[in-house]
Amino acid sequence: MLAADITGRKFTAMRAFVLRRVLAAIPLLLGASLLIFLVFAFTPGDFIDGNINLTAQRAAELKALYGLDQPWWLRYLHWLEKLLHGDLGFSMQYQIPVTELLGQYVFNSFLLASVSMVLYWGIALLTGVLAAVQPYSLFDRLLTLAVFAAMSFPVFFLCLLLIKWAAVDLGWLPVGGMLATGSDTRGWAYVHEVAIHMVLPVITLVMLQAGGLTRYFRASMFEALAMDFVRTARAKGLKERTVIFKHALRNALLPMIALAGFELPALFSGAIITEKLFNWPGVGHVHIDTLAARDYPVLMAFTLFLAALTILGNLMADIVYACVDPRIRLR
Amino acid sequence: MNQPLIEFDRLSVEIHTKAGIVRAAQDVSFSISAGQTVALVGESGCGKSISALSLMGLLPSAARVASGEIRYQGAPLTGQPRETLRRLRGNDLAMIFQEPMSALNPVLTIGEQIVEPLIKHQRLRPKAAWVKAVALLDKVGLARPDKIAESYPHELSGGMLQRAMIAMSMSCQPKLLIADEPTTALDVTISAQILDLLQTLQKSEQMALLLITHDLGVVAQMADFVVVMYAGRVVESGPVRAIFKHPQHPYTQGLLAARPVPGARLARLPSIRGQVPNPMNLPEYCSFAERCDQAQAQCRQGQPEYVSLGAMHQSACFVVQKREFA
Repeated sequence: MLAADITGRKFTAMRAFVLRRVLAAIPLLLGASLLIFLVFAFTPGDFIDGNINLTAQRAAELKALYGLDQPWWLRYLHWLEKLLHGDLGFSMQYQIPVTELLGQYVFNSFLLASVSMVLYWGIALLTGVLAAVQPYSLFDRLLTLAVFAAMSFPVFFLCLLLIKWAAVDLGWLPVGGMLATGSDTRGWAYVHEVAIHMVLPVITLVMLQAGGLTRYFRASMFEALAMDFVRTARAKGLKERTVIFKHALRNALLPMIALAGFELPALFSGAIITEKLFNWPGVGHVHIDTLAARDYPVLMAFTLFLAALTILGNLMADIVYACVDPRIRLR
Repeated sequence: MNQPLIEFDRLSVEIHTKAGIVRAAQDVSFSISAGQTVALVGESGCGKSISALSLMGLLPSAARVASGEIRYQGAPLTGQPRETLRRLRGNDLAMIFQEPMSALNPVLTIGEQIVEPLIKHQRLRPKAAWVKAVALLDKVGLARPDKIAESYPHELSGGMLQRAMIAMSMSCQPKLLIADEPTTALDVTISAQILDLLQTLQKSEQMALLLITHDLGVVAQMADFVVVMYAGRVVESGPVRAIFKHPQHPYTQGLLAARPVPGARLARLPSIRGQVPNPMNLPEYCSFAERCDQAQAQCRQGQPEYVSLGAMHQSACFVVQKREFA
């Protein structure tokens, strides 16, 4: 009854906290939207200036058509109004609504990022903890070496090397893309085909990301293992497994929550270089193309989307913190 | 004569560091009988805690027992498989630490931490263990023990946490409780209450207490037997009365002289001149010689042997040796 009481109290506090944070996110998002708009509005040149085939008269006509001749604040308010109605804008380059353009590409990026994220968080957790449990051991030293080696690889070089070895020389895996050219597989055959195409980009992303994260996990676990309460747990005669996983790891994971929160936007932002080299139809690809064409409506909508995800990721991290760390008071 | 509960037999512990080998404890010998309170006294870094940790089998990974052994009820503890020591820890041998605020896990409730040894060693079911944990918290004098069991460490004060630590260490009725400076982090009134509690429990549970401290007032109040350590070695040991009335080793004499005496208004408290020698680079002779007012030529030639000074009282000092056998 008492435990239920405490849980109940915490739940009420939690609901108020989430509500307050969501409300606080509104001005934050407004500020972010203004900032994003200003950056793109005051960057010299736009989609129309970029087309050198247009006569001055035609360019002026097009600017008037898109409303680019109006003062910036009016354009901002107009953009904001459309955003509130769920209209993210219209791509000038692709001539389709931004939501339609981004939808499929963001999903492809998310697919790639989510699989690699699960893998590299898992690998980093495992290796980081193992290294911290036996610091300065042979395993720890080899791991440190491997981590720095993997991190020092330039992305493009790693991608090309993997393509050369696994796709060209051995012919085990496809060179790039998400499906074979002209493929019209359905059902499980489709899933299988996409999975095969994902292997190399996933390996690349895992190799690049796991290293740094391993160091975070190792440092955090190393610190936790040096705590007095770990010595107390050992003094109680608990099994070393219990000491490590129940007492040390739970504390070592706390600082990782904030890092995990920042991974939310990364799930959807696309890996520009990797996607480009493996010809993966992800949003990183679109990002570069729209940037080159100065297709600002797409860029603005995408940046705002990532800003919203950053805010959401932080909020989620705070909620998880409050759930797992009793020392954190919700205010 | 009865077999002592714990025997330290010429225990030496080395810590391997990048800068070299630190001889943290050398030839430490003393014993603890069942139900006895032994105080281990000395300055910071003199090897008190390292000796206690080697008894628990909790030495840091860089440290190892170089020679000698510790026996528990006649059977050697040092060199035993880790599993054997693990079964004794928390069950027969318990330990409480200096900083109760950091010695408890911040993300687990007090109750969750007290039930662990009960479930592990006594095979109690979780529900029964919880009831026992609440009873233990009551026994160490905490009001509303059921609420305390559900609290997290950050919700309690230092004194309450040390009581909870004591409850946890007492959970399996240990034969020996090691208290490593249990009151250093607490204020004076709380520390007196904690010491009272330890003394009461020690009597009622008939357990032995190894009290590590540098507070001679605490020693006089609590201990039956005193072991004085200096730079990794036992310099003098004996029953508490003998040590306080007739300290023989110049270091013990210096320590006792340096105590403030209530009412005595001295312009300056006496102190022992000089510094503790670097444990990385201990001399091959008496390590107190450089600070000793009574040091003679012989003191810088080799280690002094123990001189028996009557009932259990002995000291390692050339000056004492000369005085006794002159």
